[in-house]
Amino acid sequence: MSEFFAMDGYAAFLWPSYLITFVAIIANIVVARRAHERARTEALRRLDRDSAEAQP
Amino acid sequence: MGTNWAWFHRFGSPPHVYRLAGLLTPWFAWPAGLAIVAALYGGLVLAPPDYQQGEGFRIIYVHAPSAWLSVMIYSVMATAAGIGLIWRMKVAHAAAASCAGIGAWFTVVSLVTGMLWGKPMWGTYWVWDPRLTAQLVLLFLYLGYMGLRSGIDDLGRADRASAVLALVGVVNIPIIRYSVEWWNSIHQAPSVMKMEKPSMPMEMLVPLLLMFLGFTLYFAAVMLVRLRAEILRRERNASWIREALR
Repeated sequence: MSEFFAMDGYAAFLWPSYLITFVAIIANIVVARRAHERARTEALRRLDRDSAEAQP
Repeated sequence: MGTNWAWFHRFGSPPHVYRLAGLLTPWFAWPAGLAIVAALYGGLVLAPPDYQQGEGFRIIYVHAPSAWLSVMIYSVMATAAGIGLIWRMKVAHAAAASCAGIGAWFTVVSLVTGMLWGKPMWGTYWVWDPRLTAQLVLLFLYLGYMGLRSGIDDLGRADRASAVLALVGVVNIPIIRYSVEWWNSIHQAPSVMKMEKPSMPMEMLVPLLLMFLGFTLYFAAVMLVRLRAEILRRERNASWIREALR
């Protein structure tokens, strides 16, 4: 197992490469979902406000 | 005549695209996750060490797919921007805008993983080599595109100006692709993306192809979520929003 993580001396280059790639993968998922959630909340708030204004 | 163009108009219709994007996202996301996990196992465990680079070659499984995404996303972005410019299609501009952030991220990943691969193999993190320089230019194109968009308040003008920039930047794509052939580059020539037989054994190649597939599907999923956000922001006053969100 430790042999696997040592990667024959390339560990210091290999694991950071994998780490930054997976940070980018997760970060892009989070950013996209947050953007959609924010846009949704904002749109719903506007709808509520508009319908409240329409009431007599 | 009218029916022939119906599909084209549907793709220009924000409510249709918003709904379709929502339906399609999981169909890209789950296969993407499966392909990436399988490729990780194949690349890190099953593939044999390289005869020259030993275990160090395994950086290819994150470097090459990231580099592919950075270039592929730019091509998608420029195509969408071009469609938006020519046919004045707002959804196409929204699609182009949804690509830029993701593309910039993976350009950074390709540069950093390339540096981390370059150090042990070439003895240096960075050289002003044609391939590396063109890839850095790609990052600046993405950043310029995003900067230009956020710098213009009027959405229509931001769409058109950034679309022109995206189209001009397309020149850089063949330069990245062929830089290793046109100039005497330190960067190795393609070992998969070429016409002849790939120059690696199957146990190495299959995980790599799986990673390319996984990254591509992943991009589609993330881009569709961003596109939905972008459409909602642009269509905030449209009546269809009411039905779509309730």
